[in-house]
Amino acid sequence: GLETFSQLVGRDENGTYYINKTEIVDFPRFPHRGLLLDTSRHYLPLRAILETLDVMAYNKFNVFHWHIVDDPSFPYESLTFPELSKQGAFNAMTHVYTASDVQTVIEYARLRGIRVVAEFDTPGHTLSWGPGAPGLLTPCYLGKEPSGSYGPINPILNSTYQFVTSLFKEVSTVFPDFFLHLGGDEVDFTCWKSNPKINAFMKEMGFGEDYKKLESFYIQRLLDIVSSLGKGYIVWQEVFDNGVKVRPDTIIHVWKENSTPYMEEMGNVTRAGYRALLSAPWYLNRISYGQDWIAAYQVEPLEFEGSPEQKERVIGGEACMWGEYVDVTNLAPRLWPRAGAVAERLWSNKTVRDLQDAYMRLAEFRCRLLGRGVPAQPLYIGYCDNEFGG
Amino acid sequence: HLTVTEPVAILKADEVWGALRGLETFSQLVHEDDYGRFHINASEIDDFPRFAHRGILLDTSRHYLPLKSILTNLDAMAFNKFNVLHWHIVDDQSFPYQSIYFPELSDKGAYSYNHVYTPTDVHLVIEYARLRGIRVIPEFDTPGHTQSWGKGKKDLLTPCYNGEQPTGSFGPVNPILNTTYDFMTKFFKEISSVFPDAYIHLGGDEVDFNCWKSNPEVKKFMKKRGFGFDYAKLESYYIQKILDIVSSYNKRYMVWQEVFDNKAQLKPDTVVEVWMGNNYVHELSSVTGAGFTAILAAPWYLDYISYGQDWKKYYSVEPLKFPGSEEQKKLLIGGEACLWGEFVDATNITPRLWYKLFLSLYFRRRWSSRNVTNLQDAYNRLTNHRCRMLR
Repeated sequence: GLETFSQLVGRDENGTYYINKTEIVDFPRFPHRGLLLDTSRHYLPLRAILETLDVMAYNKFNVFHWHIVDDPSFPYESLTFPELSKQGAFNAMTHVYTASDVQTVIEYARLRGIRVVAEFDTPGHTLSWGPGAPGLLTPCYLGKEPSGSYGPINPILNSTYQFVTSLFKEVSTVFPDFFLHLGGDEVDFTCWKSNPKINAFMKEMGFGEDYKKLESFYIQRLLDIVSSLGKGYIVWQEVFDNGVKVRPDTIIHVWKENSTPYMEEMGNVTRAGYRALLSAPWYLNRISYGQDWIAAYQVEPLEFEGSPEQKERVIGGEACMWGEYVDVTNLAPRLWPRAGAVAERLWSNKTVRDLQDAYMRLAEFRCRLLGRGVPAQPLYIGYCDNEFGG
Repeated sequence: HLTVTEPVAILKADEVWGALRGLETFSQLVHEDDYGRFHINASEIDDFPRFAHRGILLDTSRHYLPLKSILTNLDAMAFNKFNVLHWHIVDDQSFPYQSIYFPELSDKGAYSYNHVYTPTDVHLVIEYARLRGIRVIPEFDTPGHTQSWGKGKKDLLTPCYNGEQPTGSFGPVNPILNTTYDFMTKFFKEISSVFPDAYIHLGGDEVDFNCWKSNPEVKKFMKKRGFGFDYAKLESYYIQKILDIVSSYNKRYMVWQEVFDNKAQLKPDTVVEVWMGNNYVHELSSVTGAGFTAILAAPWYLDYISYGQDWKKYYSVEPLKFPGSEEQKKLLIGGEACLWGEFVDATNITPRLWYKLFLSLYFRRRWSSRNVTNLQDAYNRLTNHRCRMLR
């Protein structure tokens, strides 16, 4: 409400601030309105994250999905396993998040009403974990010999589960939110298939040639570990698609645009009784020429065949800014004001869809962001009254 | 020619501009070790550009660019050995150029008083560029792309008609009135003295004939002149007169390709800028085949962003890959990367330009010899250069 109030304040030609007499009753349509930042493909300095949290608050986003580690780098400084960032960060001195940095982010977010949901994505997307945790990743084989390269986390070793338990015990303490994002996406089976010990394990367990069963075996145990630590979890859609047995209160994160149409997936997930988060049409890293905020704005999250109970299970969505081509030099203009289109879609009523009206409000909001020191890029041709000393 | 030995390095160049480029190269050879000490390896480098015209187009009409942005980009251009700033200063949407003879043009046509380039601003850009070995070629695009000119000069644009009645909207510059040419004569006198470069870009692209076709006076004029229904002839008639006006001030001109395509009579030293994406290779052949100098922009429209490593496609362009004789190929004197401003302003221009403007590639294509094409090697050098530019 204070944010809304701040946006009602205008300035006249004499420079006097004023506000019209107003009565507003407002509430969000969806409770989970998130933004994903990826600090593994490119490290983001603390100030970039904090500035993003500020602008998220201006847009009434309330969840910061911190995709903190991935294949290319491991910037999270773990107390239990300091070697992970020492060996896995781009630079262990300059491209890490210390325990203090992490607490700063969490508290800064909290004061703005933003939950921090950390994602430690496994068993895929873990190459950077390898150097600091020897024996964790699966060694790939070329015939009978190890090839020297590594694949996903090795699901057949007890040491894996000991490691995972210790790491997540720490992560559960560090991040106060009830939910952790456990990833589970894009697990490449090639390396597992090449490893003779894994082949033997598959036989022993009666999994046949179905490596999805092996993936499920790992995920299952991971979910049990995390549950026993008193946390709930969010997973990417593959976990659901591959038939892993998950707890009823699992949240499934729908992100794929290529295979099953994502609206169909939303229907499937909610029909099976799970809560769903939508991100598929909101991958803001996928830039293109023109006013691409429009496509994001026109998404209707509940546009699938389903009962009212099903629709209730859609708790919201997240705009994602994956980091392959993004770092502090281009993060803010690429995020804003485009992410604002997603923010409105998640907050406002279903009927708020008029494009002309949205354009005007978003363009004005963009100028307001400029006034607040945020380098939000232009929507289209034009100018802001308040720029360059106006 | 740069020789780095102990205890001195020696840089020799035919002109000061070469020395500037050599100093840039020298600066890029310096590296820092783990202790923070600066080093340079003994080297011997002989370098020269492949193409003489290596330009960047900035559009300050769709979005006003503050001086700071322009100056930062001039610095970045110098780091990448670009030597021409093609300043597309005015267009339909706004007229930020504060004219001395016609102050109403920006008074009425700029977005606001804060979105203007004063004579001092303009001089600053020109001098800042000059000190970096960068020419400033201004573009005052007519007869199309001129909506903003009509705000400050009421009788300049063609009134459009619906039947017998004016609709209230306006089209391109009105080519049939003497007042138009009186205005242009005076206006280009000013431009010729403000901008010292030998060339002025006169535009001439995307002229929409609909408004001219609707105007009864224009139709009468067409008949009188025997142009029939071929409005390209009217366009050429206009352009011709502008070219003559500009020539009389001893300036040479650059034009967009339509002026050549529509068969206007051009002076032999005209530079034709090829920008249309479909079949630009064929256009290059036509332009150089007719004996005109050409510059290439078509494959380098940096405003057309897309997801992924688009620098590769910019890098892979081989400008001389068009059917033509050796003499023809000599007429392609270079090219320009264009960053049109519909979706670009000070908030995103630097990452957008210099991210793709890894044009140092594409640019490098214009500096470097034909043989420098390996993508992997380019990627390595580009990433290093990018980190250098961050510093």
